[in-house]
Amino acid sequence: MEKFLLRNVGVPNSHEIDVYIGRGGYQALAKALKEFEPQELVNLVRESGLRGRGGAGFPAGVKWSFLPKGVYPRYLVCNADEGEPGTFKDRVLIEHDPHGLIEGIIISSYACEVEHAFIYIRGEYVFGAKRLEKAVAQAYERGYLGRNILGSGYDLELTVHRGAGSYVCGEETGLLTSLEGDRGHPKLKPPFPASQGLYRKPTIINNVETLFNVPFIVEHGAEWYKGFGTERSPGLKLFCISGHVNKPGVYELPLGTPMMTLINDYAGGPSKPIKTVIPGGSSTPMLPPDVLETLTLDYEALAAAGSMLGSGAVIVVGEGTCIVRLVERLAEFYRHESCGKCIPCREGTDWLYKIMHRIEHGQGREEDIDLLLDICDNISGKSFCPLGDAALGPITSSIKHFRDEYLYHIRERRCMV
Amino acid sequence: MLSENAKAEIEQLKGKYPDPKSALLPALYVAQREHGWLSPEVMRDVAEVMDLPPAEVASVASFYTMFNRQPVGENLIQVCTNISCSLLGAEHIVEYLKSKLGIDVGETTPDNKFTLVTVECLGSCGTAPMMQVNDTYYENLTEEKIDRILAELAERKG
Repeated sequence: MEKFLLRNVGVPNSHEIDVYIGRGGYQALAKALKEFEPQELVNLVRESGLRGRGGAGFPAGVKWSFLPKGVYPRYLVCNADEGEPGTFKDRVLIEHDPHGLIEGIIISSYACEVEHAFIYIRGEYVFGAKRLEKAVAQAYERGYLGRNILGSGYDLELTVHRGAGSYVCGEETGLLTSLEGDRGHPKLKPPFPASQGLYRKPTIINNVETLFNVPFIVEHGAEWYKGFGTERSPGLKLFCISGHVNKPGVYELPLGTPMMTLINDYAGGPSKPIKTVIPGGSSTPMLPPDVLETLTLDYEALAAAGSMLGSGAVIVVGEGTCIVRLVERLAEFYRHESCGKCIPCREGTDWLYKIMHRIEHGQGREEDIDLLLDICDNISGKSFCPLGDAALGPITSSIKHFRDEYLYHIRERRCMV
Repeated sequence: MLSENAKAEIEQLKGKYPDPKSALLPALYVAQREHGWLSPEVMRDVAEVMDLPPAEVASVASFYTMFNRQPVGENLIQVCTNISCSLLGAEHIVEYLKSKLGIDVGETTPDNKFTLVTVECLGSCGTAPMMQVNDTYYENLTEEKIDRILAELAERKG
């Protein structure tokens, strides 16, 4: 199928502004500034049904409409703190098509009447940050950023800001505190960032891929966009598939595409028989192979199957993998990344890891399984940000689908595989 | 301690933001680039230029994994051991690097050339297993590839 989001990936020097313009770049921006009032763009994006691509899936146009009327300055922050294990789609867009992202940011900033936008990019993406900084400088030179953009009277500053290694800064309030120069501690919501965000001003935070979709919607219209995907999950999505498949990578597909189409037709099939699939990044509950045949990749179908579309990071786990070891590793990750602010998450993720560790190392007790579930229950919904809840997905789902493997580990004091 | 150039660079970074405090992470990067790590003395200098209490600067620096609060070798080898890399043999990569370098995770070689650490997901899951050395990603790692990378890095002048 024709590519949109990935249309410039693989084109030589696709990160250079002349190549981007030569391929039709910045035309959607010119159209947006000329033909639309800001509110009309908010309506257009709401009408398109575009949902946040960072993981939560909240409708982008609805988020924009939460900005309180008449309160300025407003900020827009592009969340490029891609850190959910298994996710690497934003990196591809940033490195190969930085101007596509910048164009999306400018149009979205105009729609939200923002005068200063930021790209918060995870610190480890040094190459991507350099590409973005160069692309931003090029955009300033050509008059796409700065004062009086394309003669429209609209002014916008865009600053690239590097994080410094912290998963929780991908959470929007954690990201904002980090951007303000603090430890990346999330805040209790409400107030939501749309009313009190960066420097306590109205702030819109959108994922890289979300913003990247906007120029296409401006160019082709909301109806065109809704022609892809399902009724409730419209549009195009990037899926990053990794683990035990023959051709891991980032693939662009309409939402609602069958899971097995992604695995077999795009990712070259599994490299060993599938044991389980984690469908939307490491925090999303794992699924057993028998549901995969009929499963489609959209928000509703994944939720109905007991998991989440998340960031679109499909991790295929083959036979021969020890589930207990895998979950122990993920528990270690969430323990490491808990910021320590909320006690249920701070203490809970530590405790979960210690129990997983002792089961993995042959010191487990049968009652540990219930204890794990009880701790999960006590973390769930009891912290300011979703990190605590994210830590639970691998544990509860693995106990549900692989309880026999836990029991084998505990009774035999060794691995089943 | 912090050079006059670095101080001037930090002053300039403060002007990029509506609130100068937002320049703290960029300022710490400037300091780390100059000194290789963030000693208490360097952080005190950053605090002075940023007009912040030293304790606040130290507290912020300690939150982020990329700020080294101890000296590291010329080449900081960071091996991802998160899920996708782990499925494709990250543990073996770590063991191989340990034996090649003769050090454990968290240690630095006696010639100060290499420090070996393990890290969380670096967004390179489609090209696993992988490691980052200083700012550069090395992907689809094999033993042979690691041999070549280490040889190249060892020859490079510090």
